[in-house]
Amino acid sequence: MSAPTAKGVLTTPIFKNNPIALQILGICSALAVTSSMSVSLVMSLAVIFVTAFSNFFVSLIRNHIPSSIRIIVQMTIIASLVIVVDQILKAYAYEMSKQLSVFVGLIITNCIVMGRAEGFAMTNTPGLSFLDGVGNGIGYGFILMTVGFFRELFGSGSVFGFTVLETVSSGGWYVPNGLMLLPPSAFFIIGFIIWVLRAINPEQVEENEFEMKANTQPKEAV
Amino acid sequence: MAQSNNSIKKILTVAFALCIVCSIIVSTAAVALRSKQQLNQELDRKTNILNVADLYEPGDDVAEEFQKVTPKVVDLRSGEYTDEFDPDSFSGFEAARDPAQSRTLSGETDIAGLARQENYSTVYLVGDPQDPEQLILPIRGQGLWGLMRGYLAVEGDGNTIVGITYYSHSETPGLGAKVDTPSWKSQWEGKQIYGDGNDAQPEIGLVKGGASEKTEVDALSGATLTSNGVTNMLQFWLGPEGFGNYLAKFRSGTDQEAVNTASTDETEGA
Repeated sequence: MSAPTAKGVLTTPIFKNNPIALQILGICSALAVTSSMSVSLVMSLAVIFVTAFSNFFVSLIRNHIPSSIRIIVQMTIIASLVIVVDQILKAYAYEMSKQLSVFVGLIITNCIVMGRAEGFAMTNTPGLSFLDGVGNGIGYGFILMTVGFFRELFGSGSVFGFTVLETVSSGGWYVPNGLMLLPPSAFFIIGFIIWVLRAINPEQVEENEFEMKANTQPKEAV
Repeated sequence: MAQSNNSIKKILTVAFALCIVCSIIVSTAAVALRSKQQLNQELDRKTNILNVADLYEPGDDVAEEFQKVTPKVVDLRSGEYTDEFDPDSFSGFEAARDPAQSRTLSGETDIAGLARQENYSTVYLVGDPQDPEQLILPIRGQGLWGLMRGYLAVEGDGNTIVGITYYSHSETPGLGAKVDTPSWKSQWEGKQIYGDGNDAQPEIGLVKGGASEKTEVDALSGATLTSNGVTNMLQFWLGPEGFGNYLAKFRSGTDQEAVNTASTDETEGA
């Protein structure tokens, strides 16, 4: 990778190098919190905040972090930020924090945050690392919002809580798809997003690690 | 640089300094926001209570509306009120864990799957505490995936249901979690716990394929185990092990009055 630019670190993680779609990181929380869009939005904002500031602080002290304890140092910074976010949500967005429940705390274990701190912030300046954190947070949020949109629309017939498809139970015509409200549906949707992204950017498609050998046997294997 | 960074002195200094800074930030956030958080939790609990009593519209001032509600601690064994605990801070849920304030339930009586039950519980009276319009009872029990906690609002006759609400549950979204939807909850209004009979065992329960009786509510489709959990929980908490003795007093009161027409009811209110 050539020298990173501010615009570059902010925009490439959204489509070109998306943390969920290309690096396949942070899938677990993407399954758990995407059953409604408003919850996805709050979760995305929380992750953007945490990645940005953990990157910033890690980068700020990167020249003083002993390499033998660098992972622990990064974890401590990330964990502190997550606790602060959790406390703020409990104080100012109580309903939201009840819906997000343990998943705010689990941002600590979100591989994206850790991955960016270790992979980018340890070798770049604070300003650039901050932007990289924002960019990766937005990349994560983009997938979350897209998944949340489809899950809420087809699972509950609404978008951001506003009814779009009137469901049968409230007197409309739409029979909601219960699968969409369950975590496995997020797998399918993320799969489709990856498909679309790789169709647009064919360079994202990985080469086969193992080439299948042509069958030279005249008859089928017994 | 890398050399000096990895000296033991440097490692300890960095680790120590980082821990101090981080712990100061975290504890500052926790302490500064605590009062606000407790307010939120309190508000949430009160909103749930007002919701089940049908007294709350979005946008109402919760604290003001809650003045209509009087909390009281009830001894579940006798059904009498007690002044032993402060009703504002007493929590039956916490008390159930304290061996001095609770008892173990054995297999047959423990239909709600609680294992331990508190001896005292908080009820919320709406209107005049001497002759309440509504009684709000905390209920809880096992659903399919875990404990469901909620409130049941009963009219002053100790028999007619006003509403039910669950504020904490982990049922399947789209199936069992429908216990939380307004359309399902609206069915409960006007249902009767004990029917016309006067025995101590509640008759209320969820039935499949259309509720016809006054004591029947439509079960949740596709959520048989959640429905069973709701039925068991009500059977338990409204039966002799739960609020049965307490509610019996309200019921016996109205039963006699029902014979002498409704005149006594009005004199009591005045």
